[in-house]
Amino acid sequence: MSEHERPDRQPGDSPPAGEVVAELDELCVWFPTPAGVVRAVDGVSLRVRRGETLGLVGESGSGKSTTGLALLRLVDPTSGTVRVAGQEVTGWSRRRLRALRRRVAMVFQDPQASLDPRLTVGSSIAEPLIVHRLTGGTAARRRRVEELLDMVGLRRDLADRHPHELSGGQRQRVGIARALAGEPDLIVLDEPIASLDLSVQAQIMNLLRGLQRDLRLTYVFIAHDLAAVEHMSDRMAVMYLGRIVESGTPAQVWRQPAHPYTAALLSAIPVADPQVERQRRRIILSGDIPSPVDPPTGCRFRTRCPQARPECAATDPVLAEVAAGHRAACLFAGDAVRAMRAS
Amino acid sequence: MSDAAVLAVTDLTVTIGTRRGPARAVAGVDWSVRAGETLALVGESGSGKSMSVLAATGLAPRAARVTGQVRLLGTDFTASSPDRRRRMRGRHVGFVFQDPMTSLNPVLTVGRQVAEAGEEHLGLTRRAARARAVELLDLVGIPSAAQRVDAYPHQFSGGMRQRVVIAMALACEPDLLIADEPTTALDVTTQAQIVELVADLQRRLGTAVVWITHDLGVVAGIADTVAVMYAGRILEQGPVDAVFGQPAHPYTTALLAARPDPAAGGGDLVTIAGAPPSPLALPAGCAFWPRCPVRGDARCEHELPPLRPVSTRHHVRTFYPQHADGRAGHE
Repeated sequence: MSEHERPDRQPGDSPPAGEVVAELDELCVWFPTPAGVVRAVDGVSLRVRRGETLGLVGESGSGKSTTGLALLRLVDPTSGTVRVAGQEVTGWSRRRLRALRRRVAMVFQDPQASLDPRLTVGSSIAEPLIVHRLTGGTAARRRRVEELLDMVGLRRDLADRHPHELSGGQRQRVGIARALAGEPDLIVLDEPIASLDLSVQAQIMNLLRGLQRDLRLTYVFIAHDLAAVEHMSDRMAVMYLGRIVESGTPAQVWRQPAHPYTAALLSAIPVADPQVERQRRRIILSGDIPSPVDPPTGCRFRTRCPQARPECAATDPVLAEVAAGHRAACLFAGDAVRAMRAS
Repeated sequence: MSDAAVLAVTDLTVTIGTRRGPARAVAGVDWSVRAGETLALVGESGSGKSMSVLAATGLAPRAARVTGQVRLLGTDFTASSPDRRRRMRGRHVGFVFQDPMTSLNPVLTVGRQVAEAGEEHLGLTRRAARARAVELLDLVGIPSAAQRVDAYPHQFSGGMRQRVVIAMALACEPDLLIADEPTTALDVTTQAQIVELVADLQRRLGTAVVWITHDLGVVAGIADTVAVMYAGRILEQGPVDAVFGQPAHPYTTALLAARPDPAAGGGDLVTIAGAPPSPLALPAGCAFWPRCPVRGDARCEHELPPLRPVSTRHHVRTFYPQHADGRAGHE
């Protein structure tokens, strides 16, 4: 299981690093639908080490959320393996998975939808404590709920309120408190800031980073917002149509994107500076993401790639190293991006 | 036509009756947009940016009380009869909203829906309107428009649906296009396509555009002038270069600093504490005072600062305008 055996699969390594908390190996998650088999995740390998944030970025249909769900075994892998805290959990029964759900917690995009509207904030936060039998009596549970409210920056008296009495940012803090309740090894954050106002997004990102520093938490941060992923992550992976197409440190991906899709994505992000915007030459991709029922042969991005060449239809490129810890799945990695930016 | 405003609102106020009392959604807003120009209305949810535009175009909800003056193409729109307002809106104003499915009828072909406006407001025959629909679908970048004209909305992707809505909005060659968060639900690469499309159409057709968004990056790319709204009022307004280059209101400065900037390194982000006030219980003085990092003095708490010029065409509503270097200063 050393790096040498599979040099082209892991999204970056940043030694010396902590132990591996979670690992996906050649994960495929396919869903049968009337229109055909949707290959939501189609061969994803990644590793998350203790204390780090792995960012997953991609557009809708890229498979980033399904990858996150697979880490909690909330979806069944079609093939490949899921390992959490050293144990392979791929084939675990529902009963055994209950223990896994304590080890891996999740924060969802819309706290309005993920919190039970009939439960008070305190009861919502206490729920995982009860389910996983983590605290003794009512008094101990109450103290733990108050401690969790303090940790996420909510006033203790909010414990008696209902979700509709809270602002969006406060509700997301409740979602984070629930995730922290079981002291998980890994927290999967799926678009945790996407439905919040700008000023509140910054509050939540600062909170998550502060908690990580204090508690040595491990995150998988999933978002479509590249700048947020860059800001939050130690390592990041860019996904397209069920695959990781590029991975590395945020600095590598942001400053020297090696995959044409990453370069196009970066080029599409508007910058809050009118002078920069006026001089920018965008790489505008044509068309839409192809159907995951029938992905293109060879490179999946070739149908929209401004630099696609005949070879791209024949070969499905592997995620290969372009620099230390920086990988891209493109036959012409680097060169293609330079050509795109020059044209 | 180029100098006169296509749409101008003066002292626009919208109060909505709710079970818990009147909610003041918009309070005394002035703005205007000229032909070929884009005005961006920016703000967080509940700032009144969408409501001010709905009220200006006569689309405010029934429970809303709207006061102030609106001039559309020189006509006093507020004083016009509901029927005349409907006809003026249909003929001169196009709308694009965040979710294309709220504008599209799922059981009609896209061609029928694009053609409808031409029949209704331009008096085109059914056949001419259909030919025009193909032309418009082609114009907004729908591939093989002549075939796709008979397709239904569900057969299109999100980005393609939004193109169809833009084609509908342009059907009568409107003088004014209202774009309310038109790219918010779209992926960033699709957003870039739609922004490019609207900018290109605007250059060719000379349309005035009011673009409502919370995304400061989009504003920087499309706007000529910008108005930053908070709790129903404009806090800062002016040419986009002035507002982004020398933001004078502490709220604008904080908003611009709240986004992660990969060039700036990974420190903690600048945040604005708390949340915007409820429109049912607005503070007496400056509505931003409880969250303001500057928090001048007691006057801010009790007295509403007027919207005053800091330079030509650049106005700000604060007793403590920020200097270009970001420091707070006295008026």
